Amino acid sequence: MIMPPILSIMIFLPVVCALMITIIRGEKGDEEIVEKNVKHLSLFGSLFVLAFALFMYVNFDKTSADFQFVEKISWLSAAGLSYHVGVDGISVYFVLLSVVLTPVCILASWNSVKTRVKEYMIAFLILESLMIGTFCALDTVLFYVFFEGVLIPMFLIIGIWGGPRRIYASFKFFLYTLLGSVLMLVALIALYVETGSTDIPALMHTTLDFEFQKWIWLAFFASFAVKMPMWPVHTWLPDAHVEAPTAGSVILAGVLLKMGGYGFLRFSLPMLPQASMYFAPLVLTLSVIAIIYASLVALVQDDMKKLIAYSSVAHMGFVTLGIFSFTEQGIEGAIFQMLSHGIISAALFLCVGVVYDRLHTRDINRYGGLAKNMPNYALVFMIFMLGSVGLPGTSGFVGEFLALVGTYKASTTFAALAATGLVLGAAYMLLLYRKVVFGPQKNKDAAAMEDLTAMEKLVLVPMALLVIYYGVFPSSVTDRVAPSAKSLLRHYEMSHEPLGYNEARLDSAPAGINKEERRSGL
Amino acid sequence: MIGFNIVPLLPELFLTLTAMGFLIVGVSQGNRSTAVLTWTACLAMVIAAILLLQISWEGQTILNGMFVLDEFSGLFKLMILIGLIISLALSVDYLKVERMARFEYPVLVMLAGVGMMLMVSAGNLLALYMALELQSLSLYVLAGIHRNSPRSAEAAIKYFVLGALSSGMLLFGISLIYGFTGSIDFEVIRNTLDHAQGSTPGITVGLAFLLAGLAFKISAVPFHMWTPDVYQGAPAPVTALFAMVPKIAAFGLMLRVLFYAFLPMSGEWMQIVYFLSAASMIVGAFAALAQDNIKRLIAYSSIGNMGYALIGVVAGTPEGAGAVILYLFIYMMMTAGVFSVILCMRRQGLMAMQVSDLAGLSRHSPMMAYAMAALMFSMSGIPPLAGFFGKFFIFLAAVEQGYIALVIIGVLSSVVSAYYYLRIVKIMFFDEPADPFDRGMTLEKRVILFISVIFVIGFILKPNPIVDSAMAAAKALLL
Repeated sequence: MIMPPILSIMIFLPVVCALMITIIRGEKGDEEIVEKNVKHLSLFGSLFVLAFALFMYVNFDKTSADFQFVEKISWLSAAGLSYHVGVDGISVYFVLLSVVLTPVCILASWNSVKTRVKEYMIAFLILESLMIGTFCALDTVLFYVFFEGVLIPMFLIIGIWGGPRRIYASFKFFLYTLLGSVLMLVALIALYVETGSTDIPALMHTTLDFEFQKWIWLAFFASFAVKMPMWPVHTWLPDAHVEAPTAGSVILAGVLLKMGGYGFLRFSLPMLPQASMYFAPLVLTLSVIAIIYASLVALVQDDMKKLIAYSSVAHMGFVTLGIFSFTEQGIEGAIFQMLSHGIISAALFLCVGVVYDRLHTRDINRYGGLAKNMPNYALVFMIFMLGSVGLPGTSGFVGEFLALVGTYKASTTFAALAATGLVLGAAYMLLLYRKVVFGPQKNKDAAAMEDLTAMEKLVLVPMALLVIYYGVFPSSVTDRVAPSAKSLLRHYEMSHEPLGYNEARLDSAPAGINKEERRSGL
Repeated sequence: MIGFNIVPLLPELFLTLTAMGFLIVGVSQGNRSTAVLTWTACLAMVIAAILLLQISWEGQTILNGMFVLDEFSGLFKLMILIGLIISLALSVDYLKVERMARFEYPVLVMLAGVGMMLMVSAGNLLALYMALELQSLSLYVLAGIHRNSPRSAEAAIKYFVLGALSSGMLLFGISLIYGFTGSIDFEVIRNTLDHAQGSTPGITVGLAFLLAGLAFKISAVPFHMWTPDVYQGAPAPVTALFAMVPKIAAFGLMLRVLFYAFLPMSGEWMQIVYFLSAASMIVGAFAALAQDNIKRLIAYSSIGNMGYALIGVVAGTPEGAGAVILYLFIYMMMTAGVFSVILCMRRQGLMAMQVSDLAGLSRHSPMMAYAMAALMFSMSGIPPLAGFFGKFFIFLAAVEQGYIALVIIGVLSSVVSAYYYLRIVKIMFFDEPADPFDRGMTLEKRVILFISVIFVIGFILKPNPIVDSAMAAAKALLL
């Protein structure tokens, strides 16, 4: 069977929709009709992309670790760049996450965005293109183009439709991320000069000099750590989340943060194995600090969005922990955790958006006793809250559990420290839930809020079902991820073996990774 | 004596004769004829470009080595002509509204154009100097062409005095080089240097002076002082011209001098250019942060951009030279779009030149605001816009030669400069609207803005023709 260029269709269809939106015009007085058409066009456009993505998912060969649906066209011949796209077991889920969350965002802003609807929808559609492109790109420069291009629509989304301090937040977001990314650009260029290739699959099988690896690794780390975000470069995230419109926060938490983790899996681990080993103690330490510190900060927040933003920092800590444990469970757990966090945190931001649309405040103390007047809301919010806590039966549990198992195999100390994050996570989420949903109805206006509308149910209920489905049947994801995760590590062991995994050096590192323990995990 | 071959000179000769014809028309018809003459001048440049494309670019050297037409100078001339056509088209409306329509304007632009075209074709130091002076003198007058404006006069005087200083340095350098190599011909200089055992201090000093003179023309730090004042004082379309074209010509000259005549001394000039490049990027990035006048801001931004282009010179390879050409072309196209917006900034009949005057542009003229935003993102080098690829090739060439530190300075200052480009976007989109501008865009500005934005956005789809021709031109230079 000849496959259509399905990835290119998915990448460019949203752009085509955005172009079509630009030519939708109406006479004076027709603004409402124009807005309606714009919304419908963007919704159906993104649903079409979703349909293509599902088609791709169904046809995805889950036994293979190779890149599938590959397309390769020469693009910029002077520098040997090509338009090379494809998905493997890792990226296929990130693509799915992007295309699922875009229609969700469009629906979530259906009634809440009232100004410049046309531009808003164009920004989201272009963002969708860039996100899909980032996860599909198999050429380093192509990846960079998509990865960095995301900044433009996101900057405008935060800056135009954001809250009162939107300008500060949008600048901080843009400049922080840019600073990290430009260093990655230098690394990509250096990689190209050193190896003569920008092809990601080819680079995965190239062995590089250790000293060189270290520098490249640091440059990549600068970019991905900011994007993740890892402590101590996470400070842009709370600001961006608080000021962004609901849908902006959803995409930011749901997809954009995952680009950092994806970058580690796609670049740092396979291309720079020895350097990854070398710096692993650093990453593990930062991850544990992030988990504990961000959880503690989340405990004292009064702003709902800020609380969830800090919880994201903590949850991303589990992701980096899992990735840099170099165990199959750890990596699968990290990927699973990213997907589950993508759904759960996106849904939590939507839940905040629901009450924000009604009361126009995110102050936790202004709410209370919503269980009485918004029972349906209380139910879905509870599912997502428990998912975020990591209750068994929700997808949050699987990711954190696997990541911790992987970490435990690598280092007991780190696993033990990270586990405290679970307790703290339960503490701040339950506290949030209790203050908002239970307790007395302190404010009349909060008590008078209507329950979920049909539109809100349409968005939130499927996401709640996904959280439970993946909590109960995690193997539907892990089966497809496993071959790629295995190949990542197999390649890994082969390439670091000749160097000799120096026990003396690791023992001197802050909490060494025991060689035997690590072996047993492979 | 070989037969005198005039064919490679045809475009320049055509422009010179047309300019002289225009003078006669101007004298008999007076300033009424300015608009017609300006459009006719555009047409003349189009014809010159067609002539240029018709003649062979296969390394023709005439006038005893004074004039070289190869793929390198051919491509530069084409870029210069495109830049001049755009800046002339941008000025028609402005000249009329500001009541400064003098028939000398198109004539001076054309003569400056001839000077620039000769600059990139110069085959010896004498031709270099004469061509440079022809363009400089025309540009001094253009800066002061708004005779009733004290600022314009101030700009012209500043430009002239500092320009004369730099010409003096240039001449001094040339005389030293002549004294130590015994020739002004690039080819002879190169052969002499090739055979000499190491360079003497005398010729190094001469080269340093020559470079200082050239650095002035491209406004590289520390020879940049004139740029903000002249950009601010000169009438806006003249600023557009300054920002787009003369630097291309000066870079063409610089590349030929350094990559051809003084290639054996690359160790010496590389250090100087390295410093110029790093200093320009840093000063351009930080000084622009504090600017409120949009023309001054563009001035500092152009200083920074020249710093990036100089990275390609430092690399000293054909790839580096090709990257410089590509960078300059992309920069010119972006600047054209930016100025077509700036020239619309007019309230109550006066130019509104504060950055804050752009406030709320997205409300009054959304298309213009989006176009400007795309240009600003491109200027700060964010993919997938064209500006990114300009920087990418520059950095690629430098990393290939191991200049990692310079590249890191470059990317870091690009983050700093992203701040002020973003500030313009912020003012247009996030701030409360100010009054709308007097009237919408005139047709020619619309066309130029449209071309510029399509170029910036569409470059990623079909980069090969432009990139390949830039690389081919650079190869011709280094053969």
